[in-house]
Amino acid sequence: MGPFGTVIQLIYLAAAASFVLGLHLMNNPATARHGNFASGAGMAVAIAATLALIAHDGTVTVTGWIVLLAGALLGAGAGLYSARTVQMTAMPQLVSIFNAVGGGAAALIGIHDYTRLAGAIGGVPLSTTVTTLLDVIIGSVTFSGSIIAAGKLQGVIPGQPITFPGSRLVNIMIAVVAVGLSAYLISTASVAGLIVVIIAALAFGVTMVLPIGGADMPVVISLLNAFTGTAVAMAGFVIGNVALIIAGALVGASGGILTKLMADAMNRSLANIMVGGFGTGDTAVAAVAAGSEGVRSIASDDAAIQLAYASKVIIVPGYGLAAAQAQHAVAELAALLEERGVEVSYAIHPVAGRMPGHMNVLLAEANVPYPQLKEMEEINPEFARADVALVIGANDVTNPAARRPGTAISGMPILDVDQAKSIIVIKRSMASGYAGIDNELYTNPKTSMYFADAKSALAELTAAVKAYVG
Amino acid sequence: MSSGLTDLIIFVLSLLVGIEVISKVPATLHTPLMSAANSIHGIVLAGAMVIGVTANNALGYVLAFVAAFFAAMNVVGGYVVTGRMLKMFRRRPVPAVPAVPATPAPQTLPAPDGQGPGEGS
Repeated sequence: MGPFGTVIQLIYLAAAASFVLGLHLMNNPATARHGNFASGAGMAVAIAATLALIAHDGTVTVTGWIVLLAGALLGAGAGLYSARTVQMTAMPQLVSIFNAVGGGAAALIGIHDYTRLAGAIGGVPLSTTVTTLLDVIIGSVTFSGSIIAAGKLQGVIPGQPITFPGSRLVNIMIAVVAVGLSAYLISTASVAGLIVVIIAALAFGVTMVLPIGGADMPVVISLLNAFTGTAVAMAGFVIGNVALIIAGALVGASGGILTKLMADAMNRSLANIMVGGFGTGDTAVAAVAAGSEGVRSIASDDAAIQLAYASKVIIVPGYGLAAAQAQHAVAELAALLEERGVEVSYAIHPVAGRMPGHMNVLLAEANVPYPQLKEMEEINPEFARADVALVIGANDVTNPAARRPGTAISGMPILDVDQAKSIIVIKRSMASGYAGIDNELYTNPKTSMYFADAKSALAELTAAVKAYVG
Repeated sequence: MSSGLTDLIIFVLSLLVGIEVISKVPATLHTPLMSAANSIHGIVLAGAMVIGVTANNALGYVLAFVAAFFAAMNVVGGYVVTGRMLKMFRRRPVPAVPAVPATPAPQTLPAPDGQGPGEGS
């Protein structure tokens, strides 16, 4: 390695350090933006160094330059446009698309390397082949899987689990074809074989994500994020680039941790989620019938009085809040209560939303200050001191039945809403949640049900509070 | 020691550093974290550029074009959207917005300046 190459490697090292620093600064909302700047600066320098490296090599053809520049500029434009215009509710889809293109690019690097070396004298060296095939397989699975996930989140593909008889067997067979053929390709270079592996991996990505239900998406997105990171690291092995290896490993770690946190928050194993078919709605019919007994409903005036004269209110938002686009309405009500001196905080369950931490972003967009956004462990001891817990669009994560064994959600960590002095639940009907079981919170004597759409209910409540205190 | 082995060591140690650093990120920031991780794997653009170096036939050029497109979309979009999200996290609410139509709606917030590293090409 000449002095030029050494400088490039040192620049990659600096970039890698800035990625770690960037992630480290994300441990606090106050410093997180600096982290993004640090990481972005490192990235810009690493890309510039790579540009210098290939220019220095001088082996790029004119067509090569045109192709690279055109691809990069068009891609940058597409990325910029989607990043600037995306609605915060659609963030999971966008993250999924970025997973797809990252994994896709990593797979293409492997494919290109394999096709180039397969024609060379002496074929492909063994150590390269293994990482190349891993790169191609993981990258392809990520690409197709993430596109299906984005389609489900966007509603283009039905959110319910899609299964057919024997679908799991088909899935296993596809995996066997991809892995078995790859084992053969390690010893025998064959571009045709590689194409079959790519097709099998793409098909596996599709059949892997299709049977998974909409509410399990936080886990799937996290898992695909981990896959993308791994694919990029493998691409780094293929082309011998440490920056790719380090960055890929960091992303793999991030995706892995989030996958585990999300699965734990639902008290389900990863295997159970991947098998899919959960929440198909089979059990919902039985649940509705049992509901109406012992339920008290409340009018907006009474609810407004309770809220206005409380000293501490905890708001429990769920995906229903985001689905009703009511995050601005809830923030307005909370601001009004705070003006009256009511202490307001938000209890955020880890799986509230369609990706990890999604609800926090939606509330931050609605101008809720982040110190009010409390994690489950932090807020649970505070419920006992709360005069009112206002539950909006959250269901299973508030069900005390999770504390007893023998129910569909037993063992799932929940928000201790039932500890509050009184509870108001805004909900359209008594229909059961994702797990398909009755919520015992609703029949609690302390609970009042406010049957309405989240957005209109919050507008009514805000108006009623204004009328009373104004 | 072969370079493959060195690469593996770097990979495993980076994985451990990642686990250590990311475990400390609060749940409040998990969406921006995932988005930030997304931007970091945009480094795959460096790999896409290497394809451009060795491409010398139609297939190679097509692969290089698509890889460069994907990777640049990943890296630019990732950083811009992460910055946009993080800008919304405030310690205190912005001063009370009077209910006159002159105020900008939250959806039309311009993307924050300067946090996109550019595509570098």
